[in-house]
Amino acid sequence: MSGELLRVDKLGVTLSGRAVLEDVSLSFSGRRLVALVGPNGAGKTTLLRALAGLVQSKGTIEVGGDLLSSLPLRERARRFGYLPQGHVVHWPLRVRDIVALGRYPRGATDPARLSSDDESAVTRAMQATEIVTLAARRVTELSGGERSRVALARVLAVEAPILLADEPTASLDPRFQIDAMQNLRNTADRGVLAIVVTHDLALAARFADTVLVLSNGRLVAQGTPEQALSEAVMADVFRVTAYRADYQHEHVIVPWAGV
Amino acid sequence: MVSQSATKPVYVTTVGLVVLVVLLALVSLGTGPVRLSPAIVIDALFGGGSDVQQTIIREIRLPRAILASAIGAVLGLSGAALQGLLRNPLASPSLFGAPQSAAFGAVLMIALGWADARSYVLPVAGIAMAFVSVFVLLGIAGRNAGLLLLILAGLAISSLAGAATALVMNLSPNPFASLEIAFWLLGSLEDRSFRHVMLALPFIVAGGISLWTQRSAFRALSLGEETAQSLGIDVTRVRLLVITGVALGVGGAVAVSGTIGFIGLVAPHLMRPLIGYDPARLLVPSALTGAALLTAADIAVRIIPSNTDIKVGVLTSIIGVPFFLYLIVRERRALAGGVA
Repeated sequence: MSGELLRVDKLGVTLSGRAVLEDVSLSFSGRRLVALVGPNGAGKTTLLRALAGLVQSKGTIEVGGDLLSSLPLRERARRFGYLPQGHVVHWPLRVRDIVALGRYPRGATDPARLSSDDESAVTRAMQATEIVTLAARRVTELSGGERSRVALARVLAVEAPILLADEPTASLDPRFQIDAMQNLRNTADRGVLAIVVTHDLALAARFADTVLVLSNGRLVAQGTPEQALSEAVMADVFRVTAYRADYQHEHVIVPWAGV
Repeated sequence: MVSQSATKPVYVTTVGLVVLVVLLALVSLGTGPVRLSPAIVIDALFGGGSDVQQTIIREIRLPRAILASAIGAVLGLSGAALQGLLRNPLASPSLFGAPQSAAFGAVLMIALGWADARSYVLPVAGIAMAFVSVFVLLGIAGRNAGLLLLILAGLAISSLAGAATALVMNLSPNPFASLEIAFWLLGSLEDRSFRHVMLALPFIVAGGISLWTQRSAFRALSLGEETAQSLGIDVTRVRLLVITGVALGVGGAVAVSGTIGFIGLVAPHLMRPLIGYDPARLLVPSALTGAALLTAADIAVRIIPSNTDIKVGVLTSIIGVPFFLYLIVRERRALAGGVA
């Protein structure tokens, strides 16, 4: 693969004496949607946090040819957009001001004084997530689904080459789950490497180019959705069987019964 | 367009507060055993009036007014900064035991006889203890502290500081020293001179600057520490600068005024309905509100008729504690549920 955007070699993370992640090696170029799946406690969030440089790790992470550990915080923040679980906002801030925080790594520390570049990035992100009409609302007045879209808009506004999203579809109704994944798909198609943690294997199979399967801190499968979510993997890792089909030229994999 | 309408109330409120603080300062300069009109006060400030009036205004009352504004401001700013850092409306220096710890440091110096009025021993000891207390508190609370944990840790630290202070008084060589310490602890701005202003002001200004420089980090911290870090903020550094700023401000203040509580808790709450929740925008208005509150309280203690003088620290606590109870009731659900 030419022009590798993200290269991870023998990544390991130990949290309070326990190896949460071991020997993970990856390599991706841009313009890809990668789904990161695995049972609870497999280390998905830890992998995402390690990639964002939020936890101490061993091994090497290279971004666009630069060692992550050699980059200053501000520069890391420009290369990775990170969307954590939960979409916490501690104060009842206004939607637009929250989305504008995505421009912080570009030096836009005050949402009231955005440059025209920052302003248009914020508007693009709000249009993509259909929250333009919510701009002046306080985040506490929003439904769970609306909050998730605000959080997604915030991370889209970073316009980083790599986007890391931890369960962006959790607590969304089916329509917004599909919209959120479609959004990430479109973002990837614009050239971004999007790595998305999800428990929804059906969404992963349908939208992702590549699926990574983590189990007990190790990468046990990676490849196209059919390869990575093979019957053997579904049985060994997830302990389920799956219904498989093709619908409108897309893969359908639906977990069906326990094994 | 949205943003402009959001910043306008901030400017209006800030200008209004500046005017209020100036007016209160003028009233403060005119209040005392000899009542003087604002016109005479202004005249005396600029070298007019009689010698007696000049002495009263410029040497007796001016230091007191300056200290009230500066100490109130740094307490209001510290409260707003701590609330921003911890994303928590109940954070404040006094609930975290910072003034109590600073007082312990200062009292220890007084009891040991190391502090004479001119020396920097008192503020330095106060700052050191305030630093230790906030540092320990944030250490105990950890990265994503809930309300309950913060309040309990704060209670433990202020109790410990109180007990240590009591021990010092208990062991002090003569009852007069104990009495002097006890009155000093109540918090007062009486009989302070420009010496005291010079003692406290450098620390207060340094602490205030340290807190002010972190304002945009508080805004990003609204999204939680992890997201803030992913946006390029060195959260550990922000914490350290806030702890240092609060310690410098509160320690410097306590060294000349004794403990004055609850200004830091109340000031940001008074401002939120007017200018919103953005923790960065709250800093300056909270500081000005703190200045206005303490100046007003310091005027009140001179006007309220009583046999002995009421200490200003007592008054701020009497007003502040019911306010704190009101906040607890408002936050009851979060406290009971242990929601972070």
